[in-house]
Amino acid sequence: MEEKFNPKIIGIFCNWCTYLAADLAGISRMQYAANLRISRVMCSGRVHPEFVLWAFKKGADGVLLGGCHPGDCHYIEGNYKALRRYILLKKVIGQFGIDERRLRLEWISGSEADKLRRVTNEFTETIKSLGPLPNRDDIEVDAFDESELKIVEPEYVTS
Amino acid sequence: MGKPKIGMYWCASCGGCEEAVVDLAEDLLMVTDKVDIVFWPVAMDFKLSDVEAMEDGEMLAVFINGAIELSEQEEIAKLLRRKAQLVIAFGSCAHMGGLPGLANMQSKEKIFDYYFHSGPIVDDTGVQPDPEITKNEHGFALPEFYSSVRALDQVINVDYYVPGCAPTPNIVLDAITTLLSGNLPPSGAIMASDRALCYECPLNETKPDEGMKIKELRRSHEVEHIDSEICLLTQGMVCLGPVTRGGCGSLCIKGNMPCTGCFGPMDGVKDFGATALSYIASIIDSENPEEIEKIIDKGIPDPIGTFYMYSLPKSMLFKKLQEKKEVVEIKTE
Repeated sequence: MEEKFNPKIIGIFCNWCTYLAADLAGISRMQYAANLRISRVMCSGRVHPEFVLWAFKKGADGVLLGGCHPGDCHYIEGNYKALRRYILLKKVIGQFGIDERRLRLEWISGSEADKLRRVTNEFTETIKSLGPLPNRDDIEVDAFDESELKIVEPEYVTS
Repeated sequence: MGKPKIGMYWCASCGGCEEAVVDLAEDLLMVTDKVDIVFWPVAMDFKLSDVEAMEDGEMLAVFINGAIELSEQEEIAKLLRRKAQLVIAFGSCAHMGGLPGLANMQSKEKIFDYYFHSGPIVDDTGVQPDPEITKNEHGFALPEFYSSVRALDQVINVDYYVPGCAPTPNIVLDAITTLLSGNLPPSGAIMASDRALCYECPLNETKPDEGMKIKELRRSHEVEHIDSEICLLTQGMVCLGPVTRGGCGSLCIKGNMPCTGCFGPMDGVKDFGATALSYIASIIDSENPEEIEKIIDKGIPDPIGTFYMYSLPKSMLFKKLQEKKEVVEIKTE
């Protein structure tokens, strides 16, 4: 690769643990790969699989999900829901032809800023070695002419 | 003023949607009383030139079923769009891509190879038709086979959708009556219920009150005895009723078959498969990764075939891409 590949990684972190860890990492002036773009959700159980697919569709090279340790969920069992969706979702993205290693779930508690740093660096390395993921919107599928495709209000007949 | 004109056309579909119209039985006579059918190649003798001779917008409505996978289908869909005031995507294939949409999991070359050379029903000659030939100075061309299958609204503008694989007679009749009444729903409306199938399911009352939890997922042929009085999900079958639009009359459930989602998502859902996945995963009763993996592997061996059975072309990722898989050494600090 001539140009250095700088992956885009989307982090979806839970408000009560992993986001706090990211906060702590920032306060503690820890350095980690700047490829991670974090968005916060109230609970990892809030992460709808659509979020992940949307990220991949829009050209994210990797998606990192973060939640509380098992048993620590602020909402009791949100992280277990996240775990089950993650396991199933990994299979689906694999079937779509996306390497399963591009999706990762980690339990990182509010005090584990160091784990966050390690996981982010590790994950960035993995994605760098996997290379970029093509943006689905850019894929030329066929020579369809979509220029005529827009919402047109039809003339209704009333009789 | 004469009777309003309507047309029907099929693209990549099995023909079940045409059957659905015939399933109207006596009501079909009521319909033909009120409209003129001016184009319906499956049932009546019309030529493409008849459509071409029409004025733009001459037909009140045209019902198109089937997905778009050939250039011919795209051309005719575009022609009909011009000639009709309203285009109705009829059936799951036109609505979301349907079963033919699962072809997006394979490349065009692979499909051709399977169909003409390696599949179980190939002839011995191994002949693959040429796209174009010239014989006696006459050229013939076959339509182009696109590398991906699309839903109708990914090719032309669609005004209304009649979902279902195939649409049930009550839905079809409702749609036609609505169109003829002149009291039209907003553009883009899906002409079925706006609530989930569970609301109308006869087994809904047997759902456990304290929340659904299932320990084992099973495919319907693996269940020795299906209890037709108890919610199929609680019996461990992957039923997509909770995330699927209702209106079908729970026909599959009444036949002891779990819902596979042919009516598509409810309003506001972008990706049907992801939503179905989300629901099914959330009710698995386990907190142990290995156990979860086992339950999923056993009950859902083909997640895309299960969750995107009818909606792959409308999914966010649209089709499979082959990513190079290399073994990567992960560095750890």
